[in-house]
Amino acid sequence: MLVIDCPYCGPRPELEFSYGGQAHIARPANPATVETSDWAAFLYLRSNTRGLHAERWRHVRGCARFFNALRDTTTDKFIATYRTGEPAPAIDSRGDR
Amino acid sequence: MQKFSAWSLLKQSFGGHQGWQPQWRRASPKPAYDAIIIGGGGHGLGTAYYLAAEHGIANVAVLEKGWIGGGNTGRNTTIIRSNYLFDESARLYDHALKLWEHLSQVLNYNVMYSPRGVMMLAHTVHDVQVIKRHVHANRGNGVDNEWLSPEDAKAFCPPLNIESNIRYPVMGAALQRRGGTARHDAVAWGYARAADALGVDIIENCEVTGFKRDANGAIEGVETSRGPIASRRVGVVAAGHTSVVLGYAGIKLPLESFPLQALVSEPIKPVVPCVVMSNSVHAYISQSDKGELVIGAGTDAYTSYTQRGALHVNSHTLEAICELFPAFRRMRMLRNWGGIVDVTPDRSPIIAKTTIPGLYVNCGWGTGGFKATPGSANVFAWTIARDEPHPINAPFTIERFRDGFLIDEAAAAAVAH
Amino acid sequence: MNSWRTDGGGRIDRTRALSFSFDGRRFTGFEGDTLASALLANGVHLLGRSFKYHRPRGILGAGSEEPNALVRVVRDHSRATPNLRATQVELYDGLVAESQNRWPSLGFDLSAVNDILSPLFPAGFYYKTFMWPRRAWHAFYEPRIRAAAGLGRAPEGPDPDRYAQRFAHCDVLIVGAGAAGLAAALAAAASGARVILCDEQPEFGGSLLAEPSARIEGMPAADWVAAQRSALAARPNVTLLARTTAFGYFPHNLIGLSERLTDHAAAPSAGSLRERLWQVRAREVVLATGAIERPLVFPGNDRPGVMLASAGRTYLNRYGVRVGSRIVVVAGSDAAYAAALDLKAAGAEIVALADVRSAAGEAATAAAREASLPVSLRATVLGTSGRLRVSSVRLGTVTSGGAVEESSSVACDAVLMSGGYTPTVHLFSQSRGTLSWNAERNVFVPGKPAERTHAAGACRGIDALAAALADGAAVGSVAAAAAGFQGSTPAFEASAVEFGSAGAPGALAQPGPTPPAKAFVDFQNDVTTKDLALAAREGFRSIEHIKRYTTTGMATDQGKTSGMNALGVVADGFERSIPEVGLTTFRMPFTPVTFGVFAGYARCDLFDPVRTTPTHDWARGHGAVFEDVGLWKRARYFPKTGEDMHAAVARECRAVRTGCGLFDASTLGKIEVVGPDAVTFMNRLYVNNWSTLAVGKSRYGILLRDDGFVYDDGVVARLAEDRFHVTTTTGGAARVLGMMEDYLQTEWPDLKVWLTSTTEQWAVIAVQGPRAREVISPLVSDIDLSPGAMPHMSVGWGKICGAPLLLFRVSFTGELGFELNVPADYGRAVWEAVYSAGRSRDITPYGTEAMHVLRAEKGYIIVGQETDGTATPDDVGLSWAIGKAKPDFVGKRSLERPAMKAPGRKQLVGLLTEDPTVVLDEGAQLVESARQKVPMRMIGHVTSSYASAALGRSIALAMLAGGRARIGETLYVPMPGGDIAVKVTAPVFYDPEGVRLNG
Repeated sequence: MLVIDCPYCGPRPELEFSYGGQAHIARPANPATVETSDWAAFLYLRSNTRGLHAERWRHVRGCARFFNALRDTTTDKFIATYRTGEPAPAIDSRGDR
Repeated sequence: MQKFSAWSLLKQSFGGHQGWQPQWRRASPKPAYDAIIIGGGGHGLGTAYYLAAEHGIANVAVLEKGWIGGGNTGRNTTIIRSNYLFDESARLYDHALKLWEHLSQVLNYNVMYSPRGVMMLAHTVHDVQVIKRHVHANRGNGVDNEWLSPEDAKAFCPPLNIESNIRYPVMGAALQRRGGTARHDAVAWGYARAADALGVDIIENCEVTGFKRDANGAIEGVETSRGPIASRRVGVVAAGHTSVVLGYAGIKLPLESFPLQALVSEPIKPVVPCVVMSNSVHAYISQSDKGELVIGAGTDAYTSYTQRGALHVNSHTLEAICELFPAFRRMRMLRNWGGIVDVTPDRSPIIAKTTIPGLYVNCGWGTGGFKATPGSANVFAWTIARDEPHPINAPFTIERFRDGFLIDEAAAAAVAH
Repeated sequence: MNSWRTDGGGRIDRTRALSFSFDGRRFTGFEGDTLASALLANGVHLLGRSFKYHRPRGILGAGSEEPNALVRVVRDHSRATPNLRATQVELYDGLVAESQNRWPSLGFDLSAVNDILSPLFPAGFYYKTFMWPRRAWHAFYEPRIRAAAGLGRAPEGPDPDRYAQRFAHCDVLIVGAGAAGLAAALAAAASGARVILCDEQPEFGGSLLAEPSARIEGMPAADWVAAQRSALAARPNVTLLARTTAFGYFPHNLIGLSERLTDHAAAPSAGSLRERLWQVRAREVVLATGAIERPLVFPGNDRPGVMLASAGRTYLNRYGVRVGSRIVVVAGSDAAYAAALDLKAAGAEIVALADVRSAAGEAATAAAREASLPVSLRATVLGTSGRLRVSSVRLGTVTSGGAVEESSSVACDAVLMSGGYTPTVHLFSQSRGTLSWNAERNVFVPGKPAERTHAAGACRGIDALAAALADGAAVGSVAAAAAGFQGSTPAFEASAVEFGSAGAPGALAQPGPTPPAKAFVDFQNDVTTKDLALAAREGFRSIEHIKRYTTTGMATDQGKTSGMNALGVVADGFERSIPEVGLTTFRMPFTPVTFGVFAGYARCDLFDPVRTTPTHDWARGHGAVFEDVGLWKRARYFPKTGEDMHAAVARECRAVRTGCGLFDASTLGKIEVVGPDAVTFMNRLYVNNWSTLAVGKSRYGILLRDDGFVYDDGVVARLAEDRFHVTTTTGGAARVLGMMEDYLQTEWPDLKVWLTSTTEQWAVIAVQGPRAREVISPLVSDIDLSPGAMPHMSVGWGKICGAPLLLFRVSFTGELGFELNVPADYGRAVWEAVYSAGRSRDITPYGTEAMHVLRAEKGYIIVGQETDGTATPDDVGLSWAIGKAKPDFVGKRSLERPAMKAPGRKQLVGLLTEDPTVVLDEGAQLVESARQKVPMRMIGHVTSSYASAALGRSIALAMLAGGRARIGETLYVPMPGGDIAVKVTAPVFYDPEGVRLNG
């Protein structure tokens, strides 16, 4: 069980959170004009990164807010968490800020 | 290939078993092959075997970054069944099941296919509807599956709790009698040995680090930790690492890699005669020939490449087992482990050509790849050999996600694989 | 008592004799004994049979590493626990233990024939045979192999005992309360840090409990341990956990501990708290897990009576038991000398001390000379004899040229061996810390940690007492400081008679390449040096392959005594170094952990939360049969005496169609969508056009996922310009709210909308049927219920029985209907008031089953029954609900994908069987022609199927490929008993014009 640092509430156990998949995938503003393949990419394509992964979490049993996190998927260590709408923090190759 | 049999075992016993030869050669990479398979799990080794055995393409290398069978092949709970809902899936998995039935004899390696029956429990009215739909569809597809009352389910699996005082009492079950288990390591080793005998090079500790493309963009080889290797045909069968490998070719697939845990108990005398799966209570169990209870459930919540999972996920699985088998509460966990499973949006695999000529992919088996091993390998070999899919894997394209022709077993069934 | 028990000494209480039985024989031991020490005190060395060859086995060790002495301990029928290590089973009065894996008896086991036939059963033999004839594996061979395999028997009845779970946080968790762990705890505790110290044994002290010569701070080590334990226990910042195994190291410094609470007690009542899971989140972890002695690998090293030197010492010094009277000591490490000296001092005869090395350490050599121990160097063991207990040892000598010559045969009744110590790095490795090779000591020790982990003492190769204490204290201080607590590092003065513990893993030298008898590497799984050599010969190179092929390290001790020796043998065979061969992965748990500990409180009603509606108890009182829907218990039907489900449902349905029915719809999810942008939000989310929904009106809404498939549905009311009351399916409430929050927070954070779950706030009482208005009119105030004022799909605020009322004129039955939303606390009272008011009109409570029939008669879908995650709105005939003019809504773009517009999609239709009495099986398939052969061409499936009381016949809904164009056709439902002909119809069977609805 991971410890996740909710940007609104502070560190809490993973049991309070739900995972929300890859972060920074914006829904197209005007889906009607999006090509079928691009729409499929929006729906289904994920980076599935081995290494530093920007992802969404929701503090569903806490403040209920979504936020983003950078996690190393090879160690499950969190490098940073940040609020929805903020850009991912710039990180050196292996997670040193 | 040195023949395995009771007779050869007896003969060797007189010589102190000094006469056994290596089951496969320790091959070093040659400069070029007719085909390269990336990934030395059951699916990859099987692909190489069928390329050599059925398509006359024996100049093949299997490249494995670690040791063969060390990924999900050696980490799964060995359940075999083919009672899938949709026609496409039923055809694919039943193709595999039919190959399982003869695999020990074909490979001359006892893979211990044990058709002890796979029972899927229903705990709610909704479960009953969903599972009966499977039973009917399976029957129409020639896949054996039958509906059992709770009493019949208990008769088939005596330690099962069908009392009404549990949180989700058993309302019935579907039983596929041809379903069962097999010995996972033997599948990898058996395919390796048989493929090796046909001339396939099995190259361990050889990690692919890139692809070489010709002027037209077609594949002409791979870069590896042991140097470049040329081939015009490359099949990627890298399970949880598929995204990483295909990333070297610039291909993105709709895959996410999740941890999947499993565990065994200490060995006990036979008590669970079949495989029992419960999707609403969330666990499955069988007993290995060695006597260990083999237990698993769904994936952990978040993507990860760590090959381990969370304690609470593991606990939840054992909650379910203790609820369904209250006498096992005193049993003890001997070992827990994790694998990395690659999951597609519709929980069905991709077995297809890619947009790059000469590059083929077989992935997305999620939590259910072991049971498909022979069938998957068989049709993937066909796809590579003929540069076109076998009719059975033709629906399992990459393009289905673009166009919406999903084969959504999970959504349709609310059934974990 | 008997000759094996010493006259004094040890940590047992000789005033408290305990009676126990083993395989039906009665014995006596003392308080403080383990089952193993008590049996040894009674001269019993034969405790079990090995897994494969059924060889007689005794006791190898004295702790949790024991591979051989596994027993079944029986309290009663349902409290029998298999595979317990006798070395860990604390003796209590009346203990009943049985040996395992033998028939007919432990002394005479017929399966021991396997040992004679063992040339036929080398490693992996089963991969090479049992393949003919094809079906014989499952039909013949496997059942026999399965019956022969396994160790103990599973418990037989449901386990009555309870298990608890606890979460804990601390600054420093210390695993292991030996010298290093205690020192670390003292240092960390003094700094003020919150400390948890755990140890798997009942008593703290680790190896100090078996070191009578050791002195710390001027007192005997065991006394010092007791004093420090008391001092720690008195500190409020310290938690001490004995009988507690740290079994798993999880990410982010979460450690799993299993605490055994009652297994040592003589008579815990059934249902007592047996074990507890601790999930400890520690800022810093100190691993002081010690080291485990390695056996030596020589032919016949598995006979009862052959044991680890440390075990021989422990049984003597801690339990007052001499394990033999004529003892051969085989030394691969100086540690063996200590055992020889102690046992000699206790009166045993050391008949030989065979040192396999060319020289021993200086201290050991000097002590041996002083005690006149019969030391021979460059020795080896060529074999042992004795059927059920070792009776002699054949010793050999390794010449300077490397040849092995037989030197002597020595009669004995015990053999003590030491191959050196292996640091216990399991938890460190589980945490993903990297191990490093200490070439000097031939061991892996903790290297770079992956978590906030510190190692101290013998688990990192520091095992001399003074050094271990100093290391523990230093590491404890460092860990506390890392957690933010500065303190001084205590120093401890200590002395002990100690020799080195280093050795060399691998097998002892033998005359030929293949020893005549089996030299065991993994005792329990019967893996010998020959098996490892065979695996290598057959081309297995990776240690993981060799492990899997031979099963070495896969027994219940998970390689604790065998792992390094297997590596040594393999490395020798490959002429590679041990670190080149590498380790197999360490996995949790460290030692086996009871399933019940993981399951904890979760059983029966605590397995999942039970959600009940305000009328639950009323329904139960009225005989309702419940069904599980999500976490909810919903009344499925209300049988009257003598009624089955069919009869009850038919009666309930008739009541609704002809009079008045009462239904609890409280489980429906309810979400308030509030704010100036509420209508925009709803328009973007649901397929419908909400801009045209007037305040005080409601509408049936459909929610898709962005992939275009139906996700949820429900009636949505507009309570105010800026306020929507959204209802969802029972099972979908939480995920719909989650989806709403997702879009609101991450896609449209600019919208001013607030979402609130109100599911539990409202009780929802559906009153349905032609007489519904008459029934509720007298109770409702402030709302005009007349059809003109309150038409179908209108909503109003008022009061009922004095309670606030949000009234929906809505129907899921096709009849005139109302849904009374009242605050949940009023739910029961209002329900009863309505029921009373309706009695004169024969008001009938109905359950979900009747509700399903009634809605199916009307062709209303249930999301999750007609839809399955692959259905679009058009598939289920709901295109009419889509706001056509809207530029976008969730899922709209996906509806334009090729597959969504392809011909032949499954569409919702009705089915009527030719025989009206036949009720189709839900899930049954549809085919075009009768008597199809497999594989059939299945073109649809039955989603809902009922006997309809209103129609006097069966009805069904189905999803059928191109279904709407097939209305009127006859199709077939293939069943095992034959085909059933059905006619395809429109999906509305009853009152298609909706006259009754608007009544």
